Amino acid sequence: MSIIFLILPVTLFLSAGAVIAFAWATRSGQFDDLETPAIRLLHEERACAKPAPGPPVSGPPPAV
Amino acid sequence: MSAAVEIGSPTRVQVPVQPVADCSHCGLPVPSARLEPLSKDQFCCDGCRSVFAILHSAGLADYYAQRDPNDAGAVVPQRSQRKFEELDEPAFRDRHCQAGPGGVLRSEFFVEGVHCSACVWLLERLPRVTPAVLEARYDLTRSVLQLAWDPSSAPLSEVARALDSLGYTPHPTHATSLAAEQRKGDRALLLRLGIAGAAAGNVMLMALALYSGKYAGMAAEYAEFFRYGSLAIATPAIFWAGNVFFRGGLAALRTRTPHMDLPVSLGLLAGYLGSAHNVLRGEGEVYFDSLCTLIFLLLVGRYLQRTHQRRSAKASDLLNALAPTTACLVEGESSREVPASALVAGSVIEIRVGERIAVDGVISQGRSALDTSLLTGESFPEEVSVGDRVHAGTTNLSAPLLVRVESVGGETRLGRLMHSVEATQRERAPIVRLADRVAGYFVLAILAVAALTLSIWWSLDASHAIDHTVALLVVTCPCALGMATPLAVSAALRAAARSGVLFKGGEFIEELARPGIIVFDKTGTLTEGRLALVAWSGDQTIQSHVRAAEATSGHPIARAFQRSLAESDLSCSERQEYPGGVIARVDGHDVLVGSQSFVRASLASLPLWAVTQAQAHAAAGRTPVLIALDGEVRAIAAFADTIRADAAASLKQLAELGFQFEVLSGDDQRVVDSVVRELGVPLLKATGGASPEAKLASITSLRASGQRVFMVGDGVNDAAGMAAANVGIAVHGGAEACLSAADVFTTRPGLETVALAALGSKRTMRVIRIGIGLSLAYNLLGIALAVTGRLDPLWAAVLMPLSSISVVTAALRARTFTGSATS
Repeated sequence: MSIIFLILPVTLFLSAGAVIAFAWATRSGQFDDLETPAIRLLHEERACAKPAPGPPVSGPPPAV
Repeated sequence: MSAAVEIGSPTRVQVPVQPVADCSHCGLPVPSARLEPLSKDQFCCDGCRSVFAILHSAGLADYYAQRDPNDAGAVVPQRSQRKFEELDEPAFRDRHCQAGPGGVLRSEFFVEGVHCSACVWLLERLPRVTPAVLEARYDLTRSVLQLAWDPSSAPLSEVARALDSLGYTPHPTHATSLAAEQRKGDRALLLRLGIAGAAAGNVMLMALALYSGKYAGMAAEYAEFFRYGSLAIATPAIFWAGNVFFRGGLAALRTRTPHMDLPVSLGLLAGYLGSAHNVLRGEGEVYFDSLCTLIFLLLVGRYLQRTHQRRSAKASDLLNALAPTTACLVEGESSREVPASALVAGSVIEIRVGERIAVDGVISQGRSALDTSLLTGESFPEEVSVGDRVHAGTTNLSAPLLVRVESVGGETRLGRLMHSVEATQRERAPIVRLADRVAGYFVLAILAVAALTLSIWWSLDASHAIDHTVALLVVTCPCALGMATPLAVSAALRAAARSGVLFKGGEFIEELARPGIIVFDKTGTLTEGRLALVAWSGDQTIQSHVRAAEATSGHPIARAFQRSLAESDLSCSERQEYPGGVIARVDGHDVLVGSQSFVRASLASLPLWAVTQAQAHAAAGRTPVLIALDGEVRAIAAFADTIRADAAASLKQLAELGFQFEVLSGDDQRVVDSVVRELGVPLLKATGGASPEAKLASITSLRASGQRVFMVGDGVNDAAGMAAANVGIAVHGGAEACLSAADVFTTRPGLETVALAALGSKRTMRVIRIGIGLSLAYNLLGIALAVTGRLDPLWAAVLMPLSSISVVTAALRARTFTGSATS
């Protein structure tokens, strides 16, 4: 049973990791918009019959 | 307007009557005159055709596949046709654009008309339509499109025009610092919520072990270990995540106003100190699990209320962004579009027909009629000519004007009015919420019971006196009480928004739940706010001549003719619009339509019947318009601003709820009287000719006499009054300034929503009272257990969530704003 003295701190360490991840996600705005990404997920990029004349959608992911 | 020409065109003959086609873009039926027999694609209007062409040439035809087939289809594109030149001014770029790496600029726009996932798809593929745009991301929550664009390949105005051509009119965002501030607040609250949740979960696991150990037996060193462990986790949760409550409690103490945070802080602090003390001395009870759960649940309530309140606020922000911000500056022979803020006194601007004036000034050239209803509430247009003053917020109706600018922005009459609105809003005393009033008594009662418990147990069994008192303070910590209001309010805010009523804050629900005097504006609130043809006497056969003569004008009288008379196939060959009337040549006849004085000035004399009828109409509050054909008066049309169809019924409903009414209008007293007569609802008072300043004074004096006053209006002239009232309500279609002054606004036309707002508020308050009653009942049970010394941490851990769950269920299941307005 004395393993509990080891397991409990390990568990707390893991949950601290989760809390830090959550803090990062909140601070970087991952939870600011909870509606649009849900919709964006459903957009499939199919090959277009006519290729786009301009440059393709490019650029890094937004640092919002 | 050109339908008459097209019906007669040769293509019409070849078109088979069947089958009726649907527009390839928006899916609405295509008018038969526009059917093209040889084409695969049919369009209902040029807007749809051009959007369809743009999408196909950019390889974005997938838009049609992305669309929800059950949806009514795309909205018919409404293009503003603006040039957006003001976006290219350096001043604009400095204010609204952020420079990124590689010369890329980032800017944000409010975008109107986004209603489905296909719109989002299309907006985010803007780079294919305009190569200057490198990236586009749309945020549905804020209705904001974020753009990264390359200023070297195209100006921003071109990007804006591309958006406009797709039917999504862009508006530059302003007040971005405020938005950033709010976002920061949202994130901070969410972070607290997350930490409180994590702590509550982990502490609960250890508490479970401790409870089981208590019954099944547990070695002392493990119990000790768990107790120290929960102390370690609970400390940051209570003092970091929970410090919002301590801060609120301190503020309540300092200002001596009751607040829910006070009893919450008391319970938290007593529970934490008592438990920590027991951990250190190695005996006694600990309550860390209850405390962490408490913080978590309370923060959930706050977070929900904050998000729902934000939604209403966002809608009013969006409307704020639509205020006219540009003007057409005339310099010598040329003219260009500039931001209104760049104008100075002395510059000359051109005001085109249908445009809203952005400045105060004096007319230097031109004659026209102005729609001043926004500013004064006057329903009939005002005739103006050279030398007359014009005010910001009025709309030019009949002919282009040149105006010499006298004052802009905050210096205009509109600006000063808005300033007084802001000042009034600042001075308004905050509303003390019901839950906070209860909290005031609650804290006193708890302190009294705690003192009693301590003294009784001190004399009976001094070793347990502290423990029992701490147990009492923990179990009475008003978790359910603190959640009852925010949850009921956030559920009500959401239900209200769905039925067309937006509250800017939960406190206005509480204000509106108790009846008082409702002061109504007339024009646009009780009435439709536009003129309608209500009587026609004389020759009926000349109606088609009048309709043809008035077919293209934007004057309110002409619009009323267009709506009321059947479309005419007569052609109008010549047409001249003057202030006061119009002279046209229709089908070989001279048609003269205008006011009595205008017609008299053009004809030698007026027949007696026409004069007496015109006088009778004027006396009844209607506007008479004389119609002459070839120099002879043949008919009289009378116009009036008709009462909204649901006005009388809605007022009766409100009267049943105990409200009384007053009408306060900027319009002529005679017009007000006739509307009141027609309405047939008893009023306390009906006043006409009230200036915006007079409205403010009248509301202030009503409030000073101890009345609860609500103001319902739609114009800028009501804004100051709304800000001074207990609750200001703006009806659908109201002016931007009025919406920003209002506490509640409706998104559906009519007054039914106002009745619904009052009824729903009353129902919501009942739900809140039930919630508060339930949580007080649980607290009584807890007090009984604690005072008798039977409450251990397990009981506390069970009672707390149980009371919260029943309150939450009561709050969320209640029907407040849903359903019909009849109770």
